[in-house]
Amino acid sequence: MTDHLLGDHLLSGIEPGPARDAGHSGAPPRTGFFTDTSVCIGCKACEVACKEWNALPEDGLSLSGMSYDNTQGLGASTWRHVAFIEQEVPARGGPGAPARGGPLTAEGRTQLPLAETSDGTGGGLDEGTGGGTGGDLRWLMASDVCKHCTHAACLDVCPTGSLFRTEFGTVVVQEDICNGCGYCVPACPYGVIEQRPSDGRAFKCTMCYDRLGAGQEPACAKACPTESIQYGPLDELRERAALRVDQLHAAGVTDARLYGHEPDDGVGGDGAFFLLLDEPEVYGLPPDPVVTTRDLPAMWKHAGTAALTLAGGIALAFAGPALRQLGAATVRRGRR
Amino acid sequence: MNGSDVTREGSEGGRPGRAAAPEMLRGGPGADGRGRRKGGKRGRGEQLMAPPAEFESYYGRPVVKAPAWRARDIAGYFFLGGLAGAGSVLAAGAHATGRTTTATAMKVSSVVAVSLSTAALVNDLGRPGRFANMLRVVKPTSPMSVGSWLLAAYGPAAGAAAASAVTGRLPRAGAVATGTAALLGPAVATYTAVLAADTAVPAWHGAHRELPYLFAASATAAASGMALVVAPVRETAPARCAAVLAAAADEAVTKAVERRLGMVAETWHQGRAGTLLRTARTLTAAGAAVGAVFAGRSRTLAAASGLALLAGSACTRFGVFAAGIASAEDPKYTVVPQRAAKEARRTTPTHSAERTQPT
Repeated sequence: MTDHLLGDHLLSGIEPGPARDAGHSGAPPRTGFFTDTSVCIGCKACEVACKEWNALPEDGLSLSGMSYDNTQGLGASTWRHVAFIEQEVPARGGPGAPARGGPLTAEGRTQLPLAETSDGTGGGLDEGTGGGTGGDLRWLMASDVCKHCTHAACLDVCPTGSLFRTEFGTVVVQEDICNGCGYCVPACPYGVIEQRPSDGRAFKCTMCYDRLGAGQEPACAKACPTESIQYGPLDELRERAALRVDQLHAAGVTDARLYGHEPDDGVGGDGAFFLLLDEPEVYGLPPDPVVTTRDLPAMWKHAGTAALTLAGGIALAFAGPALRQLGAATVRRGRR
Repeated sequence: MNGSDVTREGSEGGRPGRAAAPEMLRGGPGADGRGRRKGGKRGRGEQLMAPPAEFESYYGRPVVKAPAWRARDIAGYFFLGGLAGAGSVLAAGAHATGRTTTATAMKVSSVVAVSLSTAALVNDLGRPGRFANMLRVVKPTSPMSVGSWLLAAYGPAAGAAAASAVTGRLPRAGAVATGTAALLGPAVATYTAVLAADTAVPAWHGAHRELPYLFAASATAAASGMALVVAPVRETAPARCAAVLAAAADEAVTKAVERRLGMVAETWHQGRAGTLLRTARTLTAAGAAVGAVFAGRSRTLAAASGLALLAGSACTRFGVFAAGIASAEDPKYTVVPQRAAKEARRTTPTHSAERTQPT
């Protein structure tokens, strides 16, 4: 019954039209972000543009010691976060590795290699920075954001209806409804949404809902100087991302992979997906996120059974002594 | 850093052949443990024989966010909700079997517990003034919405049952209210398990099948403990029996949870959660045992065993709460199980392909 009531396909799995399923008739095509981290330069223009456009308050000015990342993570007042990862890359330099200087692109520009390889020209040994490992350093930068999941746990568990699905297929909090119960916070498999301590309510990226309605692209995508953040219809972005991965693989960047693009993953695909150059967890992303409500029908069934067990157990506890008394009375009567 | 001292000139006290600078750079902030974290040494591209605790993270930061809920309010609510819900069932049983003193006491206990738990819930809201927004929609996908409606129905029923029992007025309406509270009580006691499990918190979601049974057992232990404290000795037989059933179920379900959780079960054993859950099991088992043997004879021992059962139930809820927080705060408990799930999915088709190949 719960399966029918809740609709299993609405809780997990492939769902082509989340906006339509949320009751938007004649919804525009679902839009989203494709964040290509291979061209991110870590300028943080997206962070600044987001803060400015959405009038987000300052949320800490401490130095984290985490490379150039003093923002540290997404939160109530940080809706774009640029991660900086310093990595040692072992010497590869085998066939297929991109040569220093890189090939020329179709447009005639010089394409720089994404991962510098230590082929002895780095001069590391001379400067005392190379050393016995023969490795080199690479710097990964990635702008993280709310994933606007197809199956959004934050939205599913919100008890007030404050979180809702927009006509663009995105997920937005209505600040005038949220009562700060904080349930969405642990529900999010990506650790995105958070309560603002000074305010009590929960906040997260709206994909600039106000701008989308006016036909504008979100502030972060608008501000990104390298088109690392691309905004558009999700289907189109997925095609573009697949081409980009092929292009990178052909260029020898075998580490390139997409994250959150598959409509059949644990959250039904992300409205904001990524091209990464390492495992997701290196960027602080969960490797295999699953929307918690996938298991909700099972949970309700178990809770129902447990409730019946509780009632049955207590009934048994009353029946036990009563039966014993009855038995004792029968024995007494028998003796008499 | 491995016992060697890195200076501008190089490493001192390090083993020969180990370069200082790249290590310093690679370690970066990680050199002092705050940085990019690895559970084990790993050469990129190398196949490792023992993958278990190996994982990577972004500077050791958590992947999921722990709830900002206060333990006193929310774990306290889990406990009080269980006490109220299971207490209403005990009250109805006592009511039906003519144990009037127990029935009245348990009805009062339930209404006090449910009032306190509602107060705790409202107090934990970021905007307590907007608590009425909880009843703005009915959402079966939100255990908190379901719970709010449950409480909205259960609270008045429990209140009416208690009021009628204490004042002696409207006995028939009181009986109806007692029955209603007893029907809704078990749901009030177990839905909180779904509330916790329907999150991305590894120690809660991972146990989503078992948690309702654990909460049911813990609620029964608390309610029977309360009955042992408040009831006259001659009326305690059902409570003693219920306490033994609850303690046995508590023990069995805790074992099942630990088997289910795999490496995440660490969070149920270690730290504050471990201490609380060990204490809970001891108190519950001792309370049930002492109650079963002596509570039929000694008022003092009945009350002592009842208090042990109540404390045991509270420790279970605070322990489960603490385990959840600990599992959310360490990225290991998110990354390692998810990696394993991903690997399992990737290797399964390969295995079946191998199996179908003619040999």
